[in-house]
Amino acid sequence: MREMRYLEAMREGLREEMLRDDAVFVLGEDVRNSVRGLTKGLFQEFGAKRVYDTPISEAGFTGLATGAAIAGMRPVVEYQINALVFVAFDQLVDQAQKLRYMMGGQGTIPVTYVVMASGARRGLSGQHSDHPYPLLVHMGMKTVMPATPEDAKGLMKAAIREDDPVVIFAPSALLANKGPVPDGDYLTPLGRARIAREGKDLTIVALGPLVPDALKCAETLAAEGVSAEVIDPRSLLPLDHDTLLRSVRKTGRVVIFDDSNRTCGYAAEISAVVADQAWHALRAPVRRITRSDVPVPFSIALDTCVLPSPERLLEACRASVKETRT
Amino acid sequence: MNASDNQLVGFYRCMRLIRRFEERVVELVNRNEIVGTTHEYVGEEAVATGVCHALGVEDVITSTHRGHGHILAKGGDPRRMVAELMGRKTGYNGGRGGSMHIADLGLGIYGANGIVGAGVPIACGAAMAFKQRDSSRVAVAFFGDGAINQGVVHEAMNLACIWQLPVVFVCENNGYGITASIRDMSRIQKLSDRAAAYGMPAETVDGMDVRAVHAATTALVARARAGGGPSFLECLTYRFVGHFTAERALGLKYRTEQEVAEWRLRDPIATYPLWLRDQKLCDPARVDEEVEAQLEEAIAYARESELPAPQDALQGMYAVTYPGLPARGW
Repeated sequence: MREMRYLEAMREGLREEMLRDDAVFVLGEDVRNSVRGLTKGLFQEFGAKRVYDTPISEAGFTGLATGAAIAGMRPVVEYQINALVFVAFDQLVDQAQKLRYMMGGQGTIPVTYVVMASGARRGLSGQHSDHPYPLLVHMGMKTVMPATPEDAKGLMKAAIREDDPVVIFAPSALLANKGPVPDGDYLTPLGRARIAREGKDLTIVALGPLVPDALKCAETLAAEGVSAEVIDPRSLLPLDHDTLLRSVRKTGRVVIFDDSNRTCGYAAEISAVVADQAWHALRAPVRRITRSDVPVPFSIALDTCVLPSPERLLEACRASVKETRT
Repeated sequence: MNASDNQLVGFYRCMRLIRRFEERVVELVNRNEIVGTTHEYVGEEAVATGVCHALGVEDVITSTHRGHGHILAKGGDPRRMVAELMGRKTGYNGGRGGSMHIADLGLGIYGANGIVGAGVPIACGAAMAFKQRDSSRVAVAFFGDGAINQGVVHEAMNLACIWQLPVVFVCENNGYGITASIRDMSRIQKLSDRAAAYGMPAETVDGMDVRAVHAATTALVARARAGGGPSFLECLTYRFVGHFTAERALGLKYRTEQEVAEWRLRDPIATYPLWLRDQKLCDPARVDEEVEAQLEEAIAYARESELPAPQDALQGMYAVTYPGLPARGW
């Protein structure tokens, strides 16, 4: 299979959907020159009517996408920075997400929002480093976060074809990663988790940018004689409860490795699902390695105490397998 | 372009329908047949009527929390509107929206909206789709003087101007955002002056004069259809009643009785039928009777309609559903 970078695969997915359906168009800041790289070449290929550079008006252009979608288009909105979700929040969750329900099920609102370079990169500080997927999930917005190039393309295509609003998080830590990508037209369905590595002693649920670290952790544990299974939910809403619970029922131990804040974060939801549905199988308390509840600080001397780290994941996994329940 | 005789009679029918619809709604709210509160359009009928009669069924509007008038004027069915207000299954939104959210996509009504100004970019988005599809359809965004200071409205006006979208921004200036006078909330005399900042033409018309509103809208819609881009129409109007049904009980005093009385002298429901009769265009009393019968039937329809089943509350959120979605709360 050919190897591609995550960002290239995502772009290929977007381009294929633009070729396939002339209702698909892109709008966002600097998308013609493609500062983020997702839309590179699309303006040259598809022209002004398919690729719109917007002013810095996130709430405004998010609202335009909603209206265009109700009128039959399939807009793809790019947010250049993760925190722009907050600027557009009313138009995202109170309008795009709620309108179909509030209109009594009339119409469809097929908008795809791509949150480019989500999560933290060193030195960008508190307003460029968020990973606000739990907020969107909390409001019922379909939300996905591919961890591999294959899923980056497959979920982009699936999101564009979905007849509901879908947010895609494209974590900065993954954009340059290389991996195998199948040829041609394929979709990664929403609502299906990926088992990134099979194991029998412990389940690690790893989100988006943390999946590669979780796999490394599983390698280390294997050398210590512990067989860890790594689950990559990839579709955060809908969440594939079956794959998650099957794994936990098999291993009896779970550590969640999540790049969102701790309180009411995504790991809290997974913990609750596991406690509700797999209580009898649990042989150790559910453990969470998450962000601390502060903005991501500027100095790299500080961020080890804020961002979820592979070292803490490893410690949590080791502690989990030592637990015995009588 | 002047309105035809049929249209002139139609204006009255529409304004009368809106007025009486709102008055009947207040009765139903007071009798608890409608739960909650509604925002009545009483006094502003000439605006919705004049604007929507300049549109075709294929054109799109977005409306506001004070939306009943817009929806009726765009062709909304009073039966399904009352049914929605009464929370019935047959209501426009199946009981999930209520007064502030009535929508009929088939009639180009992309919804009333509970967040001030939020419908404005949505109307522009519809206009964007029309332009992209080389269609001659247009969109109208209704909003009030309260929304004129809402950021997303300005973002949308700018976006519509840079992309020359076929949209008309209709600002219904009734002088008050709930209790706040626009005189205290803006330093400029004419809200339409703001349009110049985005590079679009604007005018201010007497929003109590249905013919003036219709003539102005007709010209601006024709301009948009011909590819001339967006425009801004400020309609000076007044609500004769409180911000919402419950206001009377609050005893708020933010307008003088004299001010209300002066505006009431210009009530289109009082003045326009006199003109129609003078022109020998119709007998307004007959129109009134027809409107009463229509509303009687609408209320009866709503009363007879079934309530939705509780489990219907989990339907309609997603066009594409998955197991466990939406999650239940137990």
